Amino acid sequence: MIREDAGILRKERLESLLEDLLRDHLVLAPTRKGELLLLEKIESARDVVLEDGKTKNSAKSALFPQRERMFAYRAEEGKVDIQVPPPAEEKQILFGVRPCDARGLLLLDAVFGGDSRDPYYVDKRIRTLVVSMACVNPGPSCFCLSLGGGPCSSDGSDLVLLDLGDRYVVEAASEKGKAFLQNPSFEEADEEAMAKAEKIRKEAESAMNPASIAKALEERLEHVDDPLWGDLTESCLGCGVCTYLCPTCHCFDICDEAAATTGERIRIWDSCQFPLFTQEASGFNPRPSEKERFRQRIMHKFRYLPKDRHMAGCVGCGRCVTECPVNLDIREVLEKLSRAEAQ
Amino acid sequence: MSQLTHEIREAARKLLRNKQAQLVIGFEEGSLPLRGRPCFIRKEEDVDRLVWTSFSDINVARYLAKRKEKVALVAKGCDSRALVELIKENQVSRDQVIIIGVPCEGMIDRPRIEAEVGHKAIVEVEETENRLTLKGRDFEKAFDRREFLYERCKACDHRNPVLYDVLVGQLVEEKVRESFPDVEAFTALDREKRWAYLAEETGKCIRCYACRNACPLCYCPECFVDTSQPQWVGKSTGLSDTLVFHLVRAFHLAGRCVACGACEQACPMGVDIRKLNRKLVKDVKDLFNYEAGVSLDEASPLATFCATDPDQFTVNP
Repeated sequence: MIREDAGILRKERLESLLEDLLRDHLVLAPTRKGELLLLEKIESARDVVLEDGKTKNSAKSALFPQRERMFAYRAEEGKVDIQVPPPAEEKQILFGVRPCDARGLLLLDAVFGGDSRDPYYVDKRIRTLVVSMACVNPGPSCFCLSLGGGPCSSDGSDLVLLDLGDRYVVEAASEKGKAFLQNPSFEEADEEAMAKAEKIRKEAESAMNPASIAKALEERLEHVDDPLWGDLTESCLGCGVCTYLCPTCHCFDICDEAAATTGERIRIWDSCQFPLFTQEASGFNPRPSEKERFRQRIMHKFRYLPKDRHMAGCVGCGRCVTECPVNLDIREVLEKLSRAEAQ
Repeated sequence: MSQLTHEIREAARKLLRNKQAQLVIGFEEGSLPLRGRPCFIRKEEDVDRLVWTSFSDINVARYLAKRKEKVALVAKGCDSRALVELIKENQVSRDQVIIIGVPCEGMIDRPRIEAEVGHKAIVEVEETENRLTLKGRDFEKAFDRREFLYERCKACDHRNPVLYDVLVGQLVEEKVRESFPDVEAFTALDREKRWAYLAEETGKCIRCYACRNACPLCYCPECFVDTSQPQWVGKSTGLSDTLVFHLVRAFHLAGRCVACGACEQACPMGVDIRKLNRKLVKDVKDLFNYEAGVSLDEASPLATFCATDPDQFTVNP
């Protein structure tokens, strides 16, 4: 065996591997629902679509769902009965997510699994195996390389698949991943395959613009009152597309959905792009317009998180670029900010 | 550069130079292939950013409300119709806007054309007359643009601006008479099927409000979904709340929606928002013989009263 942390998966074996996994795992993989490519629970190996790039929703939805029940309650005769859902026991596999999405999980891990451990997230996370699919053909909206990742990065993944045409090279990036390679579907990696994989990796990277974004920005973002913010955000609609589809945005709200004597406390995604995000009970809103809200989004991603968590709140997946209804491109915003003289 | 692009730039240049307008709102090339986007031009030297392509597809009338300065708006048919409604609803004053009218031959349905090339990454687009050439890393494919228009554009009966101060290009022939085969097919379904369809479509919604925020006529200072006292509707993606959002929004746009499609185009999840809006467009037409955004003089049906208004919806005791 040339490497114990690598193997080969022949394409004709993919289906049987997935069917095998489906027996005792919840498998989430890219699958088509009409025109949409979504990361969702699959019922059959044939539902998996690995070739079509990144899914509309990011991998965060698997671990930090848009609506999560925290507990249910019932009030009867002066007594309140609270039912906390038991932690799920089923193991789950995120199969075929892209390296940007896998890398995004590292930030969520720091937020939800760090000093203040969030049981809802962590319970799911420890049962999750991340098998990502390297991007051999990154798209025009992709900029992972600029944020320290890459089209074939293994950050946040347990295993990374790389398409060689008739087979995948599979590389383990964690102990969990190494253990998984013991599955009999995998064959030993040969030197020729590894060399070919390396060549494809280099080609994918060289097809991308390597300009680094985060570093040049930090100093520039000291200037909160810069009039440039107004110009940069003039077209912003103030919707939540960028934040909801982002693999790292993790702000949430907690609210009750209640009937007369019963109810549920739920955690739902929230977005800094909405006026209600900061509106105070008096009616005063410290972030009254799209300008302040958009600035907050950039500041949080490129100034506050690098300071607090030592990583940017952006992995360069490009979803906010492709999905923004008015094509307000975060890459251009960052570039204009770092180029302009502070005022 | 297309002739329309050239003429739009010249019109904008003249308006800014003569200080007739302080701001021109139009379209520019997007940062990705198949994308156009709104742009805001204040200086004469920036007018060359303006373009007219098959992707000048959002409704720019959305950017007019609450502006203080004199604005020139590059408006295709549906932008001008939205503007008519905004003027009638006293959100924009007619003398504050100079309309650069653009006859429109329809915009290209991006999701459909992306599906047509098998969702491969498109890196370059070339547009000449009616031919659209898409290039990817390992493919090149040419299309007749007329075959890939948005459904709403195929059904559009107001391709020419209904109101303008400056016209660029030549008026185009209005070939279509508005009809509602899609709405009729939907209403012919039995109740369970209609419910299943609405549940499936609104079930895709992620409550990002891109539809509402892209809509030129959704300008309420506080939307009913954002009211917290009282809270009319829940905030999660539970089906009943999501459905209430879409239904109430559709009702609120009755007699006002100009069928520009900004909502469905902005939706990242492909929710069929248009179906609901079109149903109400048809109802308003059938009940009040009114078409939104066509005339400045005709009173809005839900903002006026007429003794002969049909009232078959009232319940007899």
